[in-house]
Amino acid sequence: MAKTHVITEVNGEEAEFLCEPGQTLLETLRDELNLTGTKEGCGTGDCGACSVMLDGRLVCSCLVLSPEVDGRKLETIEGVADGEKLHPIQQKFLEHAALQCGVCTPGFVVATKALLEKNPDPTEEETRYWLAGNLCRCTGYDKIIRAVLDAAAELRGEA
Amino acid sequence: MSEKKLKYVGTRPIRHDGVDKVLGKANFGADLNLPGMLHGKILRSPHAHAKIISINTAKAEALDGVLAVITGDDFPPPPSGKGSVEGPQDFGDMARNVMAREKALYTGHAIAAVAATTTRIAEIALKAIEVEYEVLEPVMTLERALAPDAPILHEEMRAKGEEPLPEGPTNVATRTVMGFGDVDEGFSSADVVVEREFTTETVHQGYIEPHAVVARSISDGRAEVYCCTQGQFMVRKYCSKVLDMDPTQIKVTASEIGGGFGGKTVVYAEPVSIVLARKSGRPVKIVMSREEVFIATGPTSGSHIRVKIGVKNDGTITAADATLNYEAGAFKGSPVMAGMMTIFSPYRMDHVRIEGFDVVVNKPKVAAYRAPGAPMAAFATEGVMDELASQLGMDPVDLRLVNAVKEGDTAAYGPKFKVHGFIDTLQAVKNHPHYKAPLGPNQGRGIACGFWFNAGMQSSANVILNEDGNATVVTGNPDIGGSRTSMALMAAEELGIPVDKIRPVVADTESVGYSDLTGGSRVTFATGMAVVEAAKDVVRQLRERAAQTWDVSVDDVEWRDGHAVAMNGHADDHEPLSVAALAGSAAKTGGPISGRASLNARGPGPGFATHICDVEVDKETGRVSVLRYTAVQDVGRAIHPSYVEGQMQGGAVQGIGWALNEAYMYDEKGKLQNPSFLDYRMPVASDMPMIDTVIVEVPNPTHPYGVRGVGETPIVPPLPAVAHAVNQATGVRFRSLPISPPRVLAALDD
Amino acid sequence: MPLENEGEDWRMLDAQYISPRSVAEAVEALKGGGKDAMVLAGGTDLLVQARTGLRDPRLYVDLKRIPDLMALDISSKGLHLGASVPAAQIFENEDMKALYPGLTEAVDLIGSTQIQGRATVGGNLCNGSPAADTVPSLLVLEAICVIAGSEGERRVPASEFTTGPGETVLRPGEFLVRIEIPAPSKGAADAYLRFIPRTEMDIAVVGAAVSLTLDSSGCCEAASVALGAVAPTAILVEGAASALIGSTLDEAALERAGSAAYEAAQPIDDKRGTAEYRRRVASVLTQRSARMAAERARGRN
Repeated sequence: MAKTHVITEVNGEEAEFLCEPGQTLLETLRDELNLTGTKEGCGTGDCGACSVMLDGRLVCSCLVLSPEVDGRKLETIEGVADGEKLHPIQQKFLEHAALQCGVCTPGFVVATKALLEKNPDPTEEETRYWLAGNLCRCTGYDKIIRAVLDAAAELRGEA
Repeated sequence: MSEKKLKYVGTRPIRHDGVDKVLGKANFGADLNLPGMLHGKILRSPHAHAKIISINTAKAEALDGVLAVITGDDFPPPPSGKGSVEGPQDFGDMARNVMAREKALYTGHAIAAVAATTTRIAEIALKAIEVEYEVLEPVMTLERALAPDAPILHEEMRAKGEEPLPEGPTNVATRTVMGFGDVDEGFSSADVVVEREFTTETVHQGYIEPHAVVARSISDGRAEVYCCTQGQFMVRKYCSKVLDMDPTQIKVTASEIGGGFGGKTVVYAEPVSIVLARKSGRPVKIVMSREEVFIATGPTSGSHIRVKIGVKNDGTITAADATLNYEAGAFKGSPVMAGMMTIFSPYRMDHVRIEGFDVVVNKPKVAAYRAPGAPMAAFATEGVMDELASQLGMDPVDLRLVNAVKEGDTAAYGPKFKVHGFIDTLQAVKNHPHYKAPLGPNQGRGIACGFWFNAGMQSSANVILNEDGNATVVTGNPDIGGSRTSMALMAAEELGIPVDKIRPVVADTESVGYSDLTGGSRVTFATGMAVVEAAKDVVRQLRERAAQTWDVSVDDVEWRDGHAVAMNGHADDHEPLSVAALAGSAAKTGGPISGRASLNARGPGPGFATHICDVEVDKETGRVSVLRYTAVQDVGRAIHPSYVEGQMQGGAVQGIGWALNEAYMYDEKGKLQNPSFLDYRMPVASDMPMIDTVIVEVPNPTHPYGVRGVGETPIVPPLPAVAHAVNQATGVRFRSLPISPPRVLAALDD
Repeated sequence: MPLENEGEDWRMLDAQYISPRSVAEAVEALKGGGKDAMVLAGGTDLLVQARTGLRDPRLYVDLKRIPDLMALDISSKGLHLGASVPAAQIFENEDMKALYPGLTEAVDLIGSTQIQGRATVGGNLCNGSPAADTVPSLLVLEAICVIAGSEGERRVPASEFTTGPGETVLRPGEFLVRIEIPAPSKGAADAYLRFIPRTEMDIAVVGAAVSLTLDSSGCCEAASVALGAVAPTAILVEGAASALIGSTLDEAALERAGSAAYEAAQPIDDKRGTAEYRRRVASVLTQRSARMAAERARGRN
């Protein structure tokens, strides 16, 4: 089977891979690029565990075909921290105990980063609606929302 | 009980596994790939009830890239006779659930499996397998299952339990009766009697991580399994039963687990992947799709419950009577017994009778789901209590206060209660500002109580003191919500070293003693006890080493705040020795220091909670919005209060989802109509308010730190609490879940 | 045995993918691709259907690298909306919010934030779902669909575009290029509401779009009402529109419009709602949408 050659940028570095044309970006990230921080919860765009940034837009990587990202820019959970230094969103998720099992956490962190880059001072309601596509079954969302609002305050320099 | 002031227990350190999880570096079930690994896929029955006439795998086997195709014939015969049943698990049924033999018993039942070089080839190969079925009428409801002319799922099944029992082949697996006193006498002395019927639908745990496993077969007959599970020892035992292997031939490593809530307490793809690995000679990975999770793993029972309670005018309960019918799914073993054990347990009563039926239907075999069986039971009892309160003109909390069980009272299922904080939760609700806050138009408030008995069972722990004075805490329980850090906190308290100097580890089945699975709210209690025992073992050895160093009796050495301290007149002669100092000199005093404990924990201590829920109902569309929610629970002692709150919040929201919108919807042929997160409507972030928590701490006397199980109780009160709030907002009593918009609008019309 | 086995109902091993840079290239690609060539815009429906086996694309023709299809132009003549413009780009556009608030709300309601990063109005229309959120709004705004194919371009009103569940007027090899909507007249405004059991992440149980024009005295000069998810396609409800026209949008007129919506709805029972429930909610949402649209129109006079 002829594979497609794709050159893209992942977390600021050029990445090159071969894929089957019908293969999703999620499969490619996990299986070809070994970036397993992006999780599959449903494969149909309903849970947000596979959230990544594609050319600056938040998307479900399960609903992107791998060849589509040729020449595009991707950001995944692996690119959120600055080397060893956690991003303030990651730090606040830890401080607020905003994760239990942790499998939805990468998706929430990526989605939160997208939110705060666009809206540095979201209300609770805006935060809840922005994150409505990220399912969490453990926390009841309470501590996640608190972590996001606190991270927003910190990034604004208020905390 | 430890009387001293606690330094670490009760604090909120950042979890040890947290950094990897926020970085995306934690390894979950699907994150492992091995060299040469194949991908397994399972062919599932398109019929809810059918005889399997033949399976032809020849075309699939002939495909390029397919290395193994298996059916039930590739498994040993399902276990029967001695050793085939252990507690609630019948391993014969389990073997048939893992891979169908004579019959397909639900849509999604595994029929065959394939291992291929890619998932796509495996999917194609599934389509090339030819199965001939004789389709039978599916049994999709309790009513149909119990009808005299119902199709029978298992021709050989005969009802067991208390007479009278149905004769001949039946869909009733068991009838159980419990209670005491004379309910007729009790009801005759009642001033008010309310009797109602309640129904709930099949609901799923909804963990975000689908089941995933990688298995490797080793030529000497052993196998290695890596999977997401609530119990590595459970997987070892169940695979050994299904595959007729010695348990120790199988090594199981638990990955990080992306939620379970009881749903990962049995095996599905694990034995299948071992058989595929054995047949292909290559490692095999199976990852379920979300649809497979919905159609082929165990949800919890749909139920029909009748409850009758009589009270005096002052609210005192005179008698209670209940009949519970729970769907078990395709094989016997619903949580009806747990439903019976919890249904009346919050209340003191002299006359009580509880009858329960375990009924098979053509749905996936149910698995545990957070306080299995209890939420629907509470929905019924609390619903009747709420109606009684309104008939008596009593505040619903006051009615509970009149009847709440106290220390020494006998639970309806037999045991006597030890000290607990049920009444404290009721008082806390009465005193909470939420309970008195004003409500707007179309709004209502409900309260409800919940009980879960919690579990103890077997646990093992090793506490290893390292040469730098840091400790490793090794247990055999997958960490599903922060238990590693709770283990570390208790070890820190015992050893007197900071919690960040402790590394808690979840070990594989070859690296720690046997431990029952993570479930029953037992880990912080029972495994915590083992950790405390093991840490005490280390402290004892540290005191001995200090005594040896100082040449004093071990009785002259006390352990204080991480130091050995000389006592009884030796204090002036010896500076205290720190853990680090003693660990550093261990080579000279007898070698490395480690402690261990294995135990079967008793006395988990009951969990009680009372929740307050406010809703607003859109009377034109029937939509119910939860505006405010407060969960109050006696947790014994909160080892890590944030994780305790997290359990209370998460359980409450799962319960709210169950109450409002979650339900399996089947068509008339028994095909699930909503096997996706789009149509199986779990709460999303914008559906929920903040969930306020009030932690009540009445320590459990049997645990060194007073722990009682926390995780399950919080899902029990929300079902009735939501229903009662909707009742206050609309005047309509909802006795069938879910309280979905079409049902609300239809009820408002009546 | 080789994997491709014609004549058996086995899924073929894999699809091909191309991303043409012009409408003409896309037309050529689709012509050569046969019946299993499928256009890919946001992919939020197509890739789910491929995954769940409802569709089996052999050739994906990605339309997101064609400038015409990625353009969002608002001029005095109205809106030209490229078929592949993602939802997020549409509702982030302040002119869209000001001129077509109802359509913009409908776009904002499609799926989650993640879905909105990809989903398109064009795809929403071409997927042919009776419950598509943007279609009622396109109907009341009298949108025109511009279609390209080997025979050249043709224009079809949005009200005629969808012909049944999953079915549209698109012929093999054709695809949607853009949607054109006239500029709103003075005193005109639109609104869209949908009902779902949760607050997000659901398919509409009912959707109701209203567009109306008020004169300076607050009297309704023109109105259009459309419903989604209550019939095999989204429908225009003439009776509801005529109940509003000539009124001051008083309660009595709104109730008449609601009743007309109730009568016009021909829904089915399914997992998302019962037929009677859908009729009831169609009436309620029609009234609520009309109220919202009137409020906005008053602000424009």
